[in-house]
Amino acid sequence: MSPAPSDAFSTIADIIAETANIDRAKITPEAHVINDLGIDSLDFLDIVFEIDKRFGIKVPVEAWTEQVNSGKAPAEQFFVMGSLAKRIEELVAAKQG
Amino acid sequence: MRLEYFEMVDRVLEHGPERLVARARVPEASPVFEGHFPGFPLLPGVLMIETMAQAAGWLIVARSGFARMALLAKVGEAKLRGMVKPGAELTVTAELRHDGSGYAVLHGSLAEGEARAAEAELTLKTLPFPAAELETAVRARARAIGLA
Repeated sequence: MSPAPSDAFSTIADIIAETANIDRAKITPEAHVINDLGIDSLDFLDIVFEIDKRFGIKVPVEAWTEQVNSGKAPAEQFFVMGSLAKRIEELVAAKQG
Repeated sequence: MRLEYFEMVDRVLEHGPERLVARARVPEASPVFEGHFPGFPLLPGVLMIETMAQAAGWLIVARSGFARMALLAKVGEAKLRGMVKPGAELTVTAELRHDGSGYAVLHGSLAEGEARAAEAELTLKTLPFPAAELETAVRARARAIGLA
């Protein structure tokens, strides 16, 4: 069963701590997953796979990256922990209709 | 198989959106066997994994309608169960576990007859073809192995 939206942040933080072997205390809502937590592309891929499975969604990483690279959205909109959790909650809500 | 060219899959036997089965015949002779090993030739384990990864890659390429290339990013839970000798007729199977955004996770397996030879969980990065020459080569190879 998918976690409730309010649990998204802690669920994602747990996934990151476990997958990338990062101190759970460092994973705050303000932390940037790459700049602050130092997650590399392969670990990020593992994290996204775990998020996809745990929440039953398909995190649109390619579309997000494209928006950032084309200047249509700031990286913080997707890759800062608090924002990432919100995006995941939105995806779960959209799936549930 | 042409080991020196990393052409591991000889013929696709069946494929659908989530599964691909192919034949791969280990050559009787190859410079690879001169070193691995003198007097006791065996298909290296890394090439067993490469064979499963290529079958997985072909499944992803076909699923995308030849719009995307797949590159091996991670090998998990690899088990090399049996020794594979020159001349072996192998069946390689790739099954999709998850199709993500820019990546896919598959289970690969390799068998000689009824005997399991190897298996692994394979994570592939997927991306639009980065070079036209590569796309042309992939399409040509796909035709040669009966995938297109």
